[in-house]
Order: sequence, then C-alpha cells, then structure tokens
Amino acid sequence: MKEKGEYFMEGNIACAEGALKAGCGFYAGYPITPASEVMNHLSEELPKVGGRFIQMEDELGSMASIVGASWTGLKSMTATSGPGFSLMQENLGYAVMTETPCVVVNVQRAGPSTGQATKPGTGDVMQARFGSQGDYELIALSPNSVQEMFDFTVRAFNLAERYRTPVVLLADAGVGHMREKVKIREDVKTVKRRRPEEGEREFFDTDREDHVPPMPNFGEGEELLVTGSTHLGDGTRDTSSFEAQDNLVRRLVDKIEDNREDIEDWEEHHAEDSDLVVVSYGSMSRPARGAVRKARKEGHNVGFFRPKVIWPSPEKRLKKIGENSKVLLAELSLRGYRMEVERSVPSENLHIFDRLNSLPTVDKIYDNIKEVL
Amino acid sequence: MLKAKDIKEKYVRSHPSPFCPGCGGGMVLNSLSRAVEKSKLSKDEIVAVSGIGCAAWIPSPHWRVDTLHTTHGRAIAFATGVKLGNQDLEVMVVSGDGDCAGIGGNHLLHGARNNVDMNVFMINNGLYAMTGGQVAPTTEHDEETLTTPYGNPSSSFEAAEVVKAAGAGHVARWTTYHMNELIEEVEKAIETDGFSFIEILTQCPTRTGKKKNMSGLEMLEWYKENTSKDQDTEKIYVGTLSKVDKPELTEQIYRQIKEAGGDPK
Amino acid sequence: MSKDVEINIDRKLCTGCGICIKFCPKDVLDESDDLNQYGNHFAEVVAEEECIVCRRCELYCPDFAIEVEER
Ligand code: SF4
Ligand code: SF4
Ligand code: SF4
Repeated sequence: MKEKGEYFMEGNIACAEGALKAGCGFYAGYPITPASEVMNHLSEELPKVGGRFIQMEDELGSMASIVGASWTGLKSMTATSGPGFSLMQENLGYAVMTETPCVVVNVQRAGPSTGQATKPGTGDVMQARFGSQGDYELIALSPNSVQEMFDFTVRAFNLAERYRTPVVLLADAGVGHMREKVKIREDVKTVKRRRPEEGEREFFDTDREDHVPPMPNFGEGEELLVTGSTHLGDGTRDTSSFEAQDNLVRRLVDKIEDNREDIEDWEEHHAEDSDLVVVSYGSMSRPARGAVRKARKEGHNVGFFRPKVIWPSPEKRLKKIGENSKVLLAELSLRGYRMEVERSVPSENLHIFDRLNSLPTVDKIYDNIKEVL
Repeated sequence: MLKAKDIKEKYVRSHPSPFCPGCGGGMVLNSLSRAVEKSKLSKDEIVAVSGIGCAAWIPSPHWRVDTLHTTHGRAIAFATGVKLGNQDLEVMVVSGDGDCAGIGGNHLLHGARNNVDMNVFMINNGLYAMTGGQVAPTTEHDEETLTTPYGNPSSSFEAAEVVKAAGAGHVARWTTYHMNELIEEVEKAIETDGFSFIEILTQCPTRTGKKKNMSGLEMLEWYKENTSKDQDTEKIYVGTLSKVDKPELTEQIYRQIKEAGGDPK
Repeated sequence: MSKDVEINIDRKLCTGCGICIKFCPKDVLDESDDLNQYGNHFAEVVAEEECIVCRRCELYCPDFAIEVEER
C-alpha cells in the first residue's frame, strides 16, 4: 500500500490502491483485458495488509466468492471487463437481493461480445443498472481520471458498506490504462457496515428511515438465513406471498432511491445559464470538457455537466438542464447513457456526439458544439 | 445412540419439511446433524451453503446453522469465499447432482483441485427433481426422463471419480440406505482439512421413483441390493474412494499472508 | 422388551412413507387405517412391548416424525 504522497500511476493501479486504503480484505477475480492490472497489483499488495486474494476459475465464481467472503465481515471486491461483467450479472443480482456489500469494478471495453479488448467503450452503462433479472437499483460510479479511480474506489467501498449493496465502479479502458498524477492522502475516510445491536434480530428488514438493516457475520451464532429467494425480515424464504415480495423489493429499490441526496454526485460548470450544455462522463468527458473550455474562450455560451455517480442517474438535474438549454451528449458508445438522457431532455433540445473505439480530439467535439449552437 | 428428539430440537427448524413423502432429503439432514453432534464441532461454527433445487432446501432453511442459499451451481464458489474469509468456519455444501455436477461442474472441479477445506455433499437422485424430472449428467444412458422421452442419448459420468481425479483430499460414496456408514463418513469429512466430497445416492420417489415405479422405501431397498462395499463387483461401490494428503488452499493462503507480513485475522 | 417404552408418531409430520415400518427389526410398527393429506397411511405403533429401543426407525424416518422414549 502506497504511503501518502504524489505518484505517477496507471488508473487500474490507483483503483487497487484505493481498495487497499478503503480496507479491502478480500479480492477474487479472473484475468481480463483491460482490467487485469487491478488484480495483478492486489495479488501482491493485499496479503501484506492481511487481505485474501484468489484467482477464481471464472467470473461467475469471482462474484460468488466475494459475496461469500463479505458475510464473514470482510470488505470484498472483484474487477473485470464486459465479458466477465456479463457473467457476473447472476450473482450481482444475488448480492442486491441478499444486501451484501461488495464492490465490482468494470473497466469497460469496446463491445458487444469480445469486441475490441484493448479499446475503450462505455456500452455497459445500461447493463450495470439492468443486467440482472428483476426489479432493482444499485449504485454505479463513473471516474474520469486516475485520481478518481483512487477516490471513487474508496467511495464505492464506503457506499457499499453504508447501504449494504453492491456498488459498481464503472470505469473504462481510457481511465483504466491512463497514467497521470494521483495524490494519495493519509486521512481517507472509511465506512463499515452497521452491525446488529443487542437484541436486534431482523437482518433483512428495518423500520429505519434509511432502509438499511444491520448485518451480522457468519459464525456469530445467529443461525442466519441468507437467501436469494424472496424472504421475510428474519431471512425466512417466502416464495409465494404478495406481502413478502412487495415489502422486500420495494425496500431494496427505496434504499437507493430515498438516499439519493447522499449518494448523487456530479460536476457542472455553467449548467444553469448556457445556450448549450455538454453532458459527458468517463474518459470521454475529458476531451468534452476541453472542448467546452475552448468554446467558452471563443466566446460561446456553453456549459458542462458530468455525472460522477451515474446510477442512480441525476435525472432531476438533467431535466432542469434540458428545460433551459440545448444538451449535447458526448459518449464513447452508441447506446450507453443515451436513453437515460433522452428520458430527461426533450428531443428537440437533445443532440448526440457518439464515438466508438477511441477518444476524439478536443477540436472534433468543439466543431460539433459549434454546429449544434 | 443419539435420540431423534434431541437432534431435531437442536438442529432442525421449520418442520414439516417441503419434501415429498419418502424423500431422502430429510435423511441427509438427519445424517449431517448426527455427524456434527458426534464431532467436536459447535453448530455455531457451521456455514451451510447450497445452490438451487430440492437438495439446496435441505439446509435452507431446515438446518439450524448459518445458511447461505445461493444461485444455481455456484455454491462451491460462494463457499470458497466463506472459507477464505474466515478459516475457523466449517463449511458444508449441500448440492443436488444437477446443481453440483451439471451447471456447477466447473466450480466442482476447481474446488477439488484447490483442495479448499469444505465438505461437499452431492445429493444424487439422477435427475432434475424440482423442475419435474429432466435428464441430468448423472442419468444413465437410455434412461427415460421428462426431456429424454426416447431414452437418454447421452451417458452419465461418475462425479465422484471425476472429483477424485481433480485432486480432492477425500472422496466417498454412500446411499441413504447406509445411514450409519454415511454418518461416519461425514465425521471423517469434518476431520479432513481439505476438499471432502461425498456423493449420496438419495431416493426421489416423486420423480425417479415414478419413472421406475418405485416408492421411497423400495428405492432404499434397491440401494441395499445394488451396492457393495467391495470394489470388485458389478454393483455400485459404496465407501471411501480416495483419501490423499495434499496442500489445502486456505492454509496456503493464510501462510502466504503471514509471510508477506500481514495478519489474516 | 419392556413396557418402559413409549413410541410417539407425530401425525403432523408423518408422511406415511412406510420406511420405519419396514426398517423396524421387531415389527413394532404398521400402517394405520387413517390416511394423511397425501393419501398415505400413517405409521402406527402395534406392538410397543416388542420394541428393543434400537432407534432404527428414528434414524431412517425422513421427517423426524417418530420418537422413541424410554420411561
Ligand atoms: S421431487 Fe424428489 S427430490 Fe424433490 S422433494 Fe420430491 S422426492 Fe425429494
Ligand atoms: S426403536 Fe427399533 S424396535 Fe423400537 S420401534 Fe424403532 S425400530 Fe422398532
Ligand atoms: S418413516 Fe417417518 S414419515 Fe415415514 S411412515 Fe414412519 S414415521 Fe411416518
């Protein structure tokens, strides 16, 4: 684990360092481009701080074992890219249903299918949110720098522990393989899951306003019933009643929805008073922000908006922006975030700059801004 | 002799069970509980991990220990995380033949290869029971099932032999007819620091039985007639198939952590 | 054996699978005339005095429905 200081570092390594700082105690993974560096680094560093590392037989197993380890009280994580992320959907849904804190890093690459393994893309935005079956919400963070690979990994652990939910770090090959300066602080704030108080026996339901029940560990004599089937507050499986399904699934969704204020995070510049606001995220947001800066320098009234937390999506803010100005969505995919933005911004105000395979130049986006203006 | 009343009070929750009359699932629950009672284990140390299917319901919710009822086929992978997370826990996986050797086959192979310390009980009824009786990797060639109405065009494999070849520390096969031997084997599995795999031929009167026109009781008697503790007969061998000493995964990983300067606690 | 034995069969749990009846070495148990919800005959104690408390019935009952008590 790196000492406090400034380093020149690759994004994936910064992510691994963030995990170490956040107190990760268990990592399971499977090799995949462009995410393997996270695993390579942790295989060496995690044991030094007492953490367990295992390379599993596949991504199904990786996701399964981090859930298992989380129930022994360890902060757990895996990292992958598109093909592996697809395999993880099954047990990602299980983690949602059983309210198991864990962090899943997806360093997105160009898909679909095997696509272009070393090239960036952000076509998994919807999958991160809707990839597993059934109704659910989860949290996904979208970093755009090596610094954010570090900071957001820490935050991903904190949110996972705070809300007893899987959190996806939705990076892309652009930020994962980028090298730049990163500042590692000593005073990183970390959060641990809420443990049951004396006499508290409901681990899968709560009257608390935050909707987050306490979580015991295996081996504490609680005779825990952890199941991916619909269950009652004490964990008992209930595969048929309306009440059980309605109560559980609603609370799981509300747990994210009602805590938006605490979860949401974005960056904006002149988003209130511009003729055009460029919306972008991930590595694409870097040239996009550059283009906005250039446009403003040239005297154009252009703003910038970047969700740092992409799920839950800052829909109210987007709606507000779309009411008052034109929006140019710039993304490294054709379908990534588009439908979510379409939902919030009236179609006559919405313009798209999409791009595949690699980042465009600042000028290219700048030209597009001028066309739209 | 242990009393059923004591076993039930201490180890069994939520009865009546959902199993069909004469199903062997309850007998497996009984044998596991008795083995734990006879061992030095406290039941608070046990985590029972299961996947999907009738067999997965044996521990969840009926076994009064920590339970992790997971996704189809993945129990061993979840269990690996539990064991590596806390070495002091005794991890028991209860999985049907389809769950364990079919959809979960890859995890089974690598659990055995890793020789990770857990006890895996493969409840073998020769087909997919919960979903109505479809063909499984354990269904014999030519056998009719719901999805092989013209007979199974494929062949079965001997999961226990496969697991043995994959390197598990302890492999055995018994049936629900052999309750006393099974309990003893489970005790051995608990004592083994490594991957223990016990295939338990278990009667499913509702699916397998219906096809063969046999009740649960008749199937137990069939097990009696058609198994042998002697390897050199035509009958199904029951007993220990292999017991080898090899490095256990959790032990190795904890040692490496200590050598790297970390504290795995 | 003795009159000091009491065998209880819980009719809420007995599925009438008949396993105990067959596995009892002393023919202590038999089918009752009553049917349970599955249309099976419950097990019933017919010769308690023969019971040698081997607890085989307890060991083989899939549903923890039978209990042998020594008084
Ligand atoms: S279907 Fe077969 S295995 Fe499933 S509960 Fe019924 S008898 Fe048991
Ligand atoms: S204890 Fe033995 S003899 Fe007595 S009823 Fe049960 S099986 Fe028969
Ligand atoms: S074995 Fe148990 S369930 Fe079956 S008939 Fe006897 S008492 Fe009833």
